[in-house]
Amino acid sequence: MSEFVLDFEKPLFELESRIREMKEYSENENVEIADEITRLQQKAKKLRAEIYSKLTRWQRLQLARHPQRPYTRDYIERMIDGFFEMHGDRAFGDDPAMIAGFGRLGDKKVAIVGHQKGRTTKQKLHRNFGMPHPEGYRKALRAMRLAAKFKRPIICLVDTPGAFPGIGAEERGQAEAIARNLFEMSRLPVPIIIIIIGEGASGGALGIGVGDRVLMMENTWYSVISPEGCAAILWRDSTKAEEAAEAMKLTVDDLLELGVVDSCIKEPTGGAHQKYDAAAQILKETILAELVELEKLPPEDLIEARVEKYAKMGFFNE
Amino acid sequence: MDWFKRAKEGLQPQKKKEMPELWLKCNACGEIIYKKELEKNFFVCTKCNFHFRMKSSEYIANLLDDNQFDEFNSNLTSVDFLKFKASKRYSDQIKTAIKKTGQNDAIRTGFGKIHGHEIVVCIMDFSFIGGSMGSVVGEKIARAVDEAIKRHLPLMIISASGGARMMEGAISLMQLAKTSSRLAKLSEAGLPYISLITDPTTGGVTASYAMLGDINIAEPGALIGFAGPRVIKQTIGQDLPDGFQRSDFQLHHGFLDAVVSRHDMKNKLKEVLDFTMDVQIAAEDLNGELMPETMPELAELPLPDSDNLADEAVNN
Repeated sequence: MSEFVLDFEKPLFELESRIREMKEYSENENVEIADEITRLQQKAKKLRAEIYSKLTRWQRLQLARHPQRPYTRDYIERMIDGFFEMHGDRAFGDDPAMIAGFGRLGDKKVAIVGHQKGRTTKQKLHRNFGMPHPEGYRKALRAMRLAAKFKRPIICLVDTPGAFPGIGAEERGQAEAIARNLFEMSRLPVPIIIIIIGEGASGGALGIGVGDRVLMMENTWYSVISPEGCAAILWRDSTKAEEAAEAMKLTVDDLLELGVVDSCIKEPTGGAHQKYDAAAQILKETILAELVELEKLPPEDLIEARVEKYAKMGFFNE
Repeated sequence: MDWFKRAKEGLQPQKKKEMPELWLKCNACGEIIYKKELEKNFFVCTKCNFHFRMKSSEYIANLLDDNQFDEFNSNLTSVDFLKFKASKRYSDQIKTAIKKTGQNDAIRTGFGKIHGHEIVVCIMDFSFIGGSMGSVVGEKIARAVDEAIKRHLPLMIISASGGARMMEGAISLMQLAKTSSRLAKLSEAGLPYISLITDPTTGGVTASYAMLGDINIAEPGALIGFAGPRVIKQTIGQDLPDGFQRSDFQLHHGFLDAVVSRHDMKNKLKEVLDFTMDVQIAAEDLNGELMPETMPELAELPLPDSDNLADEAVNN
């Protein structure tokens, strides 16, 4: 599907193009090399499984940033029926870097919010590379409050390189907007499911990231700052990003171990960008299964458990 | 040019003696101020009103009655659970910071009184790894909130922080959620939370508890923001306007209730506590030169006994 090839995918890409060439050759020249093709296909399958079973943290991060990776809208289009998109924070404006709205997920009525990145240069600029301004967080909160009012669960899709660091963002209270969301989300009386679908950077991610279940897709990252930012500050050298990625332990395996996330959502082999439909189907089924569990809890228990979930996060000596 | 050469061998330069800093230079106006003088003036420049950064112990002395701070959970210390190493090892940084500051981490929590009002106070120390928030800061704030709820007391957090502690990875990010969700619980219990913001307060601390006060107060000239000025400058590629992200900027944009000089701070805090708490203050608890002229009237009020005090508190 994608023409964009990451370094570690190259051997696989080369093998696959060789298979394609051989197929063409066999068809055009009417030469019988089916055995050889099958052999190579087996080899490719094995190689694919091998490459993707032992990705380094940096490689996973590259997949999370893959230009063909499905974004919030790609999932909404495939998972949600009758999506109504809400706009504006009712105070300043509308932020295209954040999507908020509601619709049906299978037989459930849900509210859904998520960061939105752009695909083409024009779209990227329009979506501000998935970096929201305060009005984005306030719009998201508006959608979540609406869900709470009508007792509908909330789905949050996280995919951001961070909240936007700019003059306007500071003037309109980026910090306050994020803080308010953390505060409010911790007490909404409906189930909240968070899914990291790409990048989860810092407060910009957490601003729509407090919930009852926090799930991470296989090829994503989530941490307190981007590896580039961390390297720039702690190594004083942003080219040390790969080292920083390793040090910060930001993959789903790391965060399962640390207790920051509850489970991993498998992606089609080779990454979600290989098969959008399959990735969306897995995501939809996972959310529906989680909702069945969460909807059993009365609101007070739900809130209590949510506060308790975050209360347990931390390591210290006493 | 012989006379420039040292005639006698074996002369050693005098060793620099460790001198206590008797004089300090104002960062803003350059005025040289006698330290004792500065201390007396709440570490505020006598010439230009610049507020020097203060240590937690100095906030205790300036704001709490009789310099009394009944500290709890001071034994909590940070752990290098990621085995994090950048240009320094995190484990070494922790040790160095403890030695340098005499504190166990970037925040102290405890009970005190402000003009007679009992209160739970959390005070950050910027000198401890940039006042960064890791597991210990998050846990101590969470427990402080629990104490406030349990004893039906107001809460104040004095912030001074560069943000979340990167050396604790995603766990440090989770402290934003941990502290904010606890404060939501405090709010639901009907108790006030005062956020006192000092220089500098940025990143994850601003994006969580510093901005969540029922009342947000800042000291003059404090840098308060989400992204640091350097990051913003790099992102947008232009210089930042004067006063950007300083206290007055935040007041102007609607994120602070007041910018208060240290000279008036204690009285201002009392006003908030008087309004939000139903507790009557015993006259003998009112002391100090900071009291406004109107205060003596309070002495006429009947003194509540402790039982009444508790009843009133429960009804609050």
